Amino acid sequence: MRLPDLLQYAERSLRGAPTRSLLMLLAMSIGVASVILLTALGEGARRYVINEFEQLGTDLLIMLPGRNETTGGPPPLFGETPRDLTIDDALALLRHPSIRRVAPISVGNSPVSFGSREREVTIIGSTADFFPVRHVEVAIGRPLPQMPAERQLNVTVLGWRLKKELFSNQRALGAWVRIADRRFRVIGILDPAGESLGLDLGDMAVIPVASAQALFDNPSLFRVLIQARSKEEIETARKAALVTLRRRHDGVGDVTLITQDAMLSTFDRILRALTLTVAGIAGISLAVAGILIMNVMLVAVSQRVSEIGLLKALGGSERQVLRLFLAEAVMLAASGALLGLLLALVGMHLVNRLFTDFALIPPLWAAPAAVGVALATGLVFGVMPARRAARLDPVQALARR
Amino acid sequence: MIELEHVERDFEVGDEMVRALADVSLQIPPGDYLSVMGPSGSGKSTLLNVLGLLDRPSRGSYRLEGVETTTLEEEARAALRRQRIGFVFQAFHLVPRLTAAENVALPMVLAGVPPTERESRVREVLESLDLTDRAQHRPDQLSGGQRQRVAIGRAIVMHPALLLADEPTGNLDQHSGQEVIALLEQLNGEGITLVIVTHDASIGQRARRRVRMLDGHIHSDEQDHAPT
Repeated sequence: MRLPDLLQYAERSLRGAPTRSLLMLLAMSIGVASVILLTALGEGARRYVINEFEQLGTDLLIMLPGRNETTGGPPPLFGETPRDLTIDDALALLRHPSIRRVAPISVGNSPVSFGSREREVTIIGSTADFFPVRHVEVAIGRPLPQMPAERQLNVTVLGWRLKKELFSNQRALGAWVRIADRRFRVIGILDPAGESLGLDLGDMAVIPVASAQALFDNPSLFRVLIQARSKEEIETARKAALVTLRRRHDGVGDVTLITQDAMLSTFDRILRALTLTVAGIAGISLAVAGILIMNVMLVAVSQRVSEIGLLKALGGSERQVLRLFLAEAVMLAASGALLGLLLALVGMHLVNRLFTDFALIPPLWAAPAAVGVALATGLVFGVMPARRAARLDPVQALARR
Repeated sequence: MIELEHVERDFEVGDEMVRALADVSLQIPPGDYLSVMGPSGSGKSTLLNVLGLLDRPSRGSYRLEGVETTTLEEEARAALRRQRIGFVFQAFHLVPRLTAAENVALPMVLAGVPPTERESRVREVLESLDLTDRAQHRPDQLSGGQRQRVAIGRAIVMHPALLLADEPTGNLDQHSGQEVIALLEQLNGEGITLVIVTHDASIGQRARRRVRMLDGHIHSDEQDHAPT
């Protein structure tokens, strides 16, 4: 039997049962589309996170108090608590040529009020360098002034949403707001454009770090942000920072330094695993579609017993009948996969139009993998019905009237 | 052309073995016209299936045109069915979604005949059956007689040597039945070997050679003297 004839025969018999064929097409295409869309979602999330991180700057190091890794060696003789990470520690880092800027950070929650309006927000205590290091800018007014970090000064830069809620459309610059039991003069409003992962520029107020420490009565810093002179010097900066801190803390390395790269690769791994998981879940729907195809093909075989008997009587061999039914199954799977691709494309287009800042991009392997799995299920689940058809006894098949 | 020697066919029905054919020996020369009659269950359909290579004898030998068929592989048997044997069934067994022309072309499709040659041969056959104007009709748009004529066209399109008809008039009215028999006899006149299985004595009597089956045996085998 010639291949075009085989395909044509299979196609006509599929058309002969349009409802059945359409339902199978639908199952298959939904399976394929969901694999592609879900992996696109995972991949989109991954890219989004990476992009956000890169906006933070890849020359950034984050220092936190306490040690997260065990380095082995004998246990300490005395129980020790980590020393405080102080402003002086942070400033000492600046002596290294590989380190350009340092922003000590102290964090707490406190109500901020103006007149009768009050809101509980995050208070960030830092220095003028906080703004360039975190790529944060002020929309109106100016950032914290350059001054010795140990100095307290009652000025604040408000988050844009906080400003809106305390002042609505009134002028805020120069006004006095109350943070906890102290009064601060508003010198600037943050620009929401600099907003990025982990930093909500709306509900926060920035004050000088010394004022924050006094306010929260906590001499230890929450973090120190370190900006290396360049991306290449990050490793040098990291080592230098560790050495400096060890010297200042009596030979104990009780701080942890995180590079963006480390965080990035962690997130990258997590999100890739997530994408694969989601793809696996969607893959199950493909398998379900495969079982559906098997089911329907089995029904088709039993409905077409006399046709199969006839084909054999007319000289069709077992192998030909097998091929005919396999061709039908694979054809269904293939057109289902194609339709699924189309559905996925339309779906992605729609999502990308609705949510412009979150792009759905399927990983390169998604479409070929989905189509491949679809074809494979068609073949695998088509074999059983096809064999049953091929082995049908033509005598009994034709006896049915 | 056909030589059956001590052919037996057993079927397992539940725990019992049923002997559908018992020690059947039969020689059919080329161009013969033979009818097989007998009550239900006498083994006439089994005989036809064995002759048509759809069924395999349990014991004995069946030579078709000198070829021993009982030892052939399924592929080879299918090839013989394709090239040498045509079937006509009581229930026509046309493929409902194909047109008359496509139904006639089906054996050639299975045999891998190229489309252009298929077309001309289908046209020829339909013309000889007076079905040219019905070529593009589907079976449900045809009368019973027309359907059986399409089925006969399908059976002869590969120019087989042997035509096997199983109750070819069973689903037809008197008039169409006679037309169909006349057509089959005309084909026999052109040289094809014709075997008809039937209940209908009036049709059975028309054959030159009449085999009567009973309980799997050949009960009688009457032969007219061939018109010389």
